[in-house]
Amino acid sequence: MKKAINDKNRCVACGLCSTQCSRQAIDIYRGCYAVVDSKKCVGCGLCEKACPAGSIKICEGEDTGI
Amino acid sequence: MKVAIRKNHWYDYLWIWSIVYFTLGFFNILFAWLGLIDFILPLIFAIVGGNKWFCNHMCGRGQLFWMLGRNLKCSRQKQAPKWISSKWFRYGFLAFFMTMFGTMIFQTYLVFSGAGSLRKVVKLFWTFKVPWKWAYNGSVFPDWVAQFGFGFYSLMLTSTLIGLIVMVLYKERTWCAFCPMGTMTQGICKLKANDKLEDK
Ligand code: SF4
Ligand code: SF4
Ligand code: SF4
Repeated sequence: MKKAINDKNRCVACGLCSTQCSRQAIDIYRGCYAVVDSKKCVGCGLCEKACPAGSIKICEGEDTGI
Repeated sequence: MKVAIRKNHWYDYLWIWSIVYFTLGFFNILFAWLGLIDFILPLIFAIVGGNKWFCNHMCGRGQLFWMLGRNLKCSRQKQAPKWISSKWFRYGFLAFFMTMFGTMIFQTYLVFSGAGSLRKVVKLFWTFKVPWKWAYNGSVFPDWVAQFGFGFYSLMLTSTLIGLIVMVLYKERTWCAFCPMGTMTQGICKLKANDKLEDK
C-alpha cells in the first residue's frame, strides 16, 4: 500500500503537509520535522504535492500490518 | 472509517493581515513597526514552546502565497531545485538576512545619534532605492523611528517579493523552504528537542 514517507533531514517543518492532509495523519514533531502516522495515511499524495522542500514522498511501502 | 473534517479557524485568515500590513505601510511608514509581531511571535513559540506553531498555523505570508499560488493558480507548482532546501543554502540565507537586518539597525542608529539623516526610501532587494516620500510627513516620534520603519518595510517587502517570484516559478510555498524565520525557528526547536533527549 502507498504511504507518505518524510525525509527528516530535508524537512523544514513548515507544516503545510499537515494542514493539507485530510486524514490528519501528519504531526510536526517539536518543530523539527513532519511525522506521518502510517496507520492513518491513505497515500493520497496531497502532502507530497504541497511540500515546498520536496521532502515528503509517496512510497510503495510494504504492508507491515500495523 | 470516520474522517475528521478540518474546521476553519480565525487564524486561517491571517493572509489578510499580510495585505493589510503592506497597505498600511504604503500610506504611513510607522505601521511598518507592526511587522515586528511577525518576528517576535514565531521566536516566542520556538523559544518558549519549542514548536513551529506560528509557521504551521498562523503565518499570514505563507497563507498568502498559498492563496495566490494554489487558489488563484498563480504558481507553476514545480518542485524547486534541491539546493533551495539544502542546509547550506538555508543557513547561508539566514546569515545573509541577519547581516542585512544588522545593517538596517545600524542605519537606524546613525539617524538616532545624529550622524545620519532620515532617508525616505524603500530599498528593494537590498539594491534598488525606491522613493517612498508620501509615507511619512513627520510625527511626534523622532526621525530614527521612521528610519527603522523604512528599513523594516524594505526588508518585509523584499522578502515577500522573493517569495512571490519563487511561488510563481516553483511550488506555492517555496519561500518557506528557505525563509529565514522558518530556518531560525526550526533551528531553535532542534536545539531544544536535543536538550530534552539528553535530559532523559
Ligand atoms: S499521503 Fe495523503 S493521507 Fe497520507 S499523509 Fe499525505 S496527505 Fe495524509
Ligand atoms: S510540507 Fe514538507 S517541508 Fe513542510 S513540514 Fe511537511 S514534509 Fe516538512
Ligand atoms: S517559513 Fe516563513 S513564510 Fe513560511 S510559514 Fe514560516 S515564517 Fe511564514
